[in-house]
Amino acid sequence: MSRNAGASEAPQPPTDESSERTPMSGPNTNYDPVEVAALDPAQIDAAVEQALAAAAAAGSLEELKAVRTAHQGEKSALALANREIAALPPSAKAEAGKRVGQARGRVAQAFAARQGELEVERDERILVEERVDVTVPALRRRPGARHPIELTAQRLVDAFVGMGWEVAEGPELESEWLNFDALNLGPDHPARQMQDTFFLDPVDSGLVLRTQTSPVQIRTMLDQEPPIYVVAPGKVFRTDDLDATHTPVFHQIECLAIDKGLTMAHLRGALDAFVRIMFGEETRTRVRANYFPFTEPSMETDFLCFACHGAETWGTAEQCRTCGGSGWIELGGSGMVNRKVLRTCGIDPDIYSGFAFGLGIERALMLRHGVQGMHDMVEGDLRFSQQFGMGA
Amino acid sequence: MRMPLSWLAEVTDLPPGARGADVAAGLVSVGLEEEDLHGGDLTGPLVVGRVLDFTLEPQKNGKTIRWCTVDVGQNGQMLTEGKHQEIVCGAHNFEVGDLVVVVLPGAVLPGNFAIAARKTYGHVSNGMICAEDEIGLGHDHEGIIVLERLLGAEKAAMLQAGDDAIALLGLAEETVETNVTPDRGYCFSVRGLAREYWHSQGSPAGGYRDPADVATPQANDSGHPIRLDDDAPLDGNVGCDRFVARVVRGIDPTRPSPSWMQKRLTQMGMRPISLAVDVTNYVMLAVGQPLHAYDLAKLDGPIVVRRARSGEALTTLDDVERTLSPEDLLITDSGERPLAIAGVMGGASSEVDDSTTDVLVEAAHFDPTTVARSSRRHRLVTEASKRFERGVDPRVTAAAAQLAVDLLVEHGGGTADPGVTDVDHTTERTAYLLDVTEPSRIVGVDYPRERVLAILRDLGCTVDEAGEGTDDTHVLVTPPSWRPDLVDAPDYAEEVARIDGYNNIPSITPTPSEGRGLTHGQKARRIVADALAGAGYTEVLSYPFVAAELADQLGLAPDDDRREAVRVANPLSEERPLLRTMVLSSLVDVLRRNLARGHKDVAISEIGLVFRPGGPLAKAPIPSVDSRPDDATLEQLYAAVPDQPRRAAAIASGQIEQAGWWGPGRAADWSDMVAAVQSVAGALAVPVVVTNDPGHAPWHPGRCARISLADGTLVGHAGELHPKVLAALDLPPRTVATEFDVDVLTAASEEPVQASEFSSFPPALTDVALLVRSEVAAGDVETALRRGAGESLESIALFDVYEGERVEAGHRSLAYRLTFRALDRTLTTDEVNAFRDAAVAAAAEATGAVQR
Ligand SMILES: [Zn+2]
Repeated sequence: MSRNAGASEAPQPPTDESSERTPMSGPNTNYDPVEVAALDPAQIDAAVEQALAAAAAAGSLEELKAVRTAHQGEKSALALANREIAALPPSAKAEAGKRVGQARGRVAQAFAARQGELEVERDERILVEERVDVTVPALRRRPGARHPIELTAQRLVDAFVGMGWEVAEGPELESEWLNFDALNLGPDHPARQMQDTFFLDPVDSGLVLRTQTSPVQIRTMLDQEPPIYVVAPGKVFRTDDLDATHTPVFHQIECLAIDKGLTMAHLRGALDAFVRIMFGEETRTRVRANYFPFTEPSMETDFLCFACHGAETWGTAEQCRTCGGSGWIELGGSGMVNRKVLRTCGIDPDIYSGFAFGLGIERALMLRHGVQGMHDMVEGDLRFSQQFGMGA
Repeated sequence: MRMPLSWLAEVTDLPPGARGADVAAGLVSVGLEEEDLHGGDLTGPLVVGRVLDFTLEPQKNGKTIRWCTVDVGQNGQMLTEGKHQEIVCGAHNFEVGDLVVVVLPGAVLPGNFAIAARKTYGHVSNGMICAEDEIGLGHDHEGIIVLERLLGAEKAAMLQAGDDAIALLGLAEETVETNVTPDRGYCFSVRGLAREYWHSQGSPAGGYRDPADVATPQANDSGHPIRLDDDAPLDGNVGCDRFVARVVRGIDPTRPSPSWMQKRLTQMGMRPISLAVDVTNYVMLAVGQPLHAYDLAKLDGPIVVRRARSGEALTTLDDVERTLSPEDLLITDSGERPLAIAGVMGGASSEVDDSTTDVLVEAAHFDPTTVARSSRRHRLVTEASKRFERGVDPRVTAAAAQLAVDLLVEHGGGTADPGVTDVDHTTERTAYLLDVTEPSRIVGVDYPRERVLAILRDLGCTVDEAGEGTDDTHVLVTPPSWRPDLVDAPDYAEEVARIDGYNNIPSITPTPSEGRGLTHGQKARRIVADALAGAGYTEVLSYPFVAAELADQLGLAPDDDRREAVRVANPLSEERPLLRTMVLSSLVDVLRRNLARGHKDVAISEIGLVFRPGGPLAKAPIPSVDSRPDDATLEQLYAAVPDQPRRAAAIASGQIEQAGWWGPGRAADWSDMVAAVQSVAGALAVPVVVTNDPGHAPWHPGRCARISLADGTLVGHAGELHPKVLAALDLPPRTVATEFDVDVLTAASEEPVQASEFSSFPPALTDVALLVRSEVAAGDVETALRRGAGESLESIALFDVYEGERVEAGHRSLAYRLTFRALDRTLTTDEVNAFRDAAVAAAAEATGAVQR
């Protein structure tokens, strides 16, 4: 760096006293080129050079403001020169005016440019100074979350509603007749014994905690005229103690369709739609016969394991944990609604047919989200629901 | 139901090399679910051993082991070291000289359990003396197998140390276990299961040999007298419509059942007991007919089948004395002494024992309902009851008795009596006029007529194509006697689909014509749930079971209708027999659980049904299912179901805003709960009014907000819980909660919101400070201000509440900012001042407020 670059060694603007000593010029009374030294081209050039050097030397907007008055203010050399022009004879005015004007223009431009540079510098500096560490914690209030069982039910419901189905609901404390008898589960039916029912006091009240969402289907058929396309999600109850695979309170979702001309092929179509919603577009199903009192014919559905894509890994070191190695996962029971059930609900089985199927939402959740056991779903530990946010 | 492959192969043809998994897959394809595979997964050496000697060695862990020397013939240590096998054994149920089953190093037991010589209890144990479950023979792990006991002394006497035990016990063979659905009672037999397997192989002609296809003698009058005397049939069905009795005399009671029979019983999961009992069990497994063997010497007269009399009792074979119900069907001696609960279990008094020489074999057909009810009443599920409940073939009775007689004669050395009793009141099944196009219509696959008829014939149906009513599309079908489940077209459709293959059914997405989407209530409920989550609450789902003491703990008044709870007759826990009447009742459990797990700051919510019976439960009718109940009955049915409103609750404890680098956190307080309800109401665009409620349990009387609709309808309560309640429930001080009715909010949000016009002129703001007595509610002051300020008031905000030195004692200062705006002009200062003065005047009149 040049030792002469310092502002103190730069050419100084005229001081206030020197400008005060300069007499105010009047209009051309006693023209003397020697007296109007302010208009001397060399002096003007020098003033310009000094101004440019001062502008360049200003290191901040404050410094620039300070030197600007000296070089551009009322009392600066160039302002003085400008005023002197008036005293010149008309013949000299044009040239002097041009010279002084150009000089003042250069100085103004230089100051404006420097002003711009310094403003940019200042703005950048402020941004740097205002920097914070944005990686410190920002959430002062913990966000809430929905329970994934509710979210899973919503997801399935939405998909079926999108296909034109509606949602049906019913009470959890339900009439025994709607929960069993109307579903072709008479008091002596072996299948009725399989279900571990919560009875209420007094036991002959004819009321139970519903063991399935199927009474909602009965209510729908009793109360509505076909065609019926409903999906019924809800809470159900069985007298099982809580363990890894059982819980006394769990959730089912059932679908019921009653219309003219429905066949098992439509049932299969609806089941396929169901598994695609839950487990992806590529999911295939296979079906086999089974027995449920509510349906005849009845059907059991398996779908291709989404984890191993049907590889038979049973007994090998890579045995699939999702399907247990068979390559297929059991979805649940289904079938064509038993004619007896249709008759009980006042629907003519010679005109209408229909199908029904259902599955446990907990199981779907375990499969789709890798939930390891029932405990997390029922205990209400904050950490569980919070993983799922407002949608899963 | 289990089935060894060798038994299956006797009844139908097995493809060469077929394995258990192949058979199971075949059965699955016709709708019989696989339960398990047994056997075939064991490699030896597994040999017969004779215990030569053992010493008892007590261990530090309190157990005493036996350090045994066992003769295993020319195997194991005899080959390598020239000495008998040395084995550590933990069991104590054997003696020196007993024959046992020994697994030697190098063997692999079921479950891929490789056996090697290993150091244990200070010895090198060269193998293991086996228990039943270890070699996949049964589920018994009580002690090790002693072959004299398992196979009988006679058979054991023929064994030598070193004999291969795999072949001896049938362990090389695979046994398929199948889950039998209630409609397929006939599959509780090898006869039925093998038939289904045959179907799975395409029902090849001549490929099925019915094990019940045996010649039976004509019934005559010289057999043991039997009388069927049911004076109280259930639902019009007599308890017993067929009873075959056969007698075999002169059986040698010391003779055991043959080893092949014992092996099969063992494979089927049953324990060999004696010749007579083993034979009845074996025939039952073969053809599905439960049999009973009586000691003829213990019978005094004719067998009479009748209903029990009240007060009668019977000690059953399991040594339990059972008080009988008049619905129980009994087998009695001469109509007096009960011998057995029909189809469920025999009695101890007529049991065959080790001196029985003359045996009466009973093969009967009992009513499924009668047996099901007796089985349920006495909590007795037996091999017999399982079968009768699901329906036993009423045509297999005589054949089953004959098979048993033959086996008793052959293996017991007895002689069959010429007298044969067969009381048969069964009726022939009537033919069903089947529309052969119906299976196609139900299933959605085009089955040609010939395909349908061929399948039905393979199933054992009789198909009449020429009888009355038959034509191009109709045939008369009579189902086989073992298929009581085949009644009408859907039953036959299922059979056709099942045998043709369910996987031939195509997939067609149904297309409902009109769906109206979610109802308003369903949408609103989601909004409530989302709003609560958005306000910071984590949704949980609690069990609705609560303790009876909870009502007291919550401080509910004696006449509070939330004490009226439904009681569960068979609760999982006697401590929690009631159903909740508030969501909060069970939500507190979840809060406590979270706190116990170390979460200090908890804010949770739940939406769910509560149960409000409003008195003792009404009795719900059980109408007939033959047709739709009439409207009056349905109304009664629906009305009997208690009210179950949907409610939401939230509870919070600890900090609702966390402490952090920004400074301290903020503890949840009563206002968060009011805000939660207001957020939900706001999300549904339902205006609500908040008032102080000093008397609503379980809340703090001074910190409880009643939230209602503009018309006064109660929505719910919010605030801090009562300190006594918190102490009783062991919850932290200052825990806050809300509970509100979702249905009320939902209904209130049903009408479309009517938008108000709003002004685009500049607002005029004015502040006013009012001095009011401390007990005056800010909500009342605000209401009065709003009323007095007039239509130009746009909003009102309470921005300061002051109570202290600068105001009169017993008073507080409320500072409000009022914002005015007119629809049509900019308001002048004079106008605004006039509105403000009117507002203050209204507040003064209503609440005694004085402008400061
Ligand atoms: Zn898999």
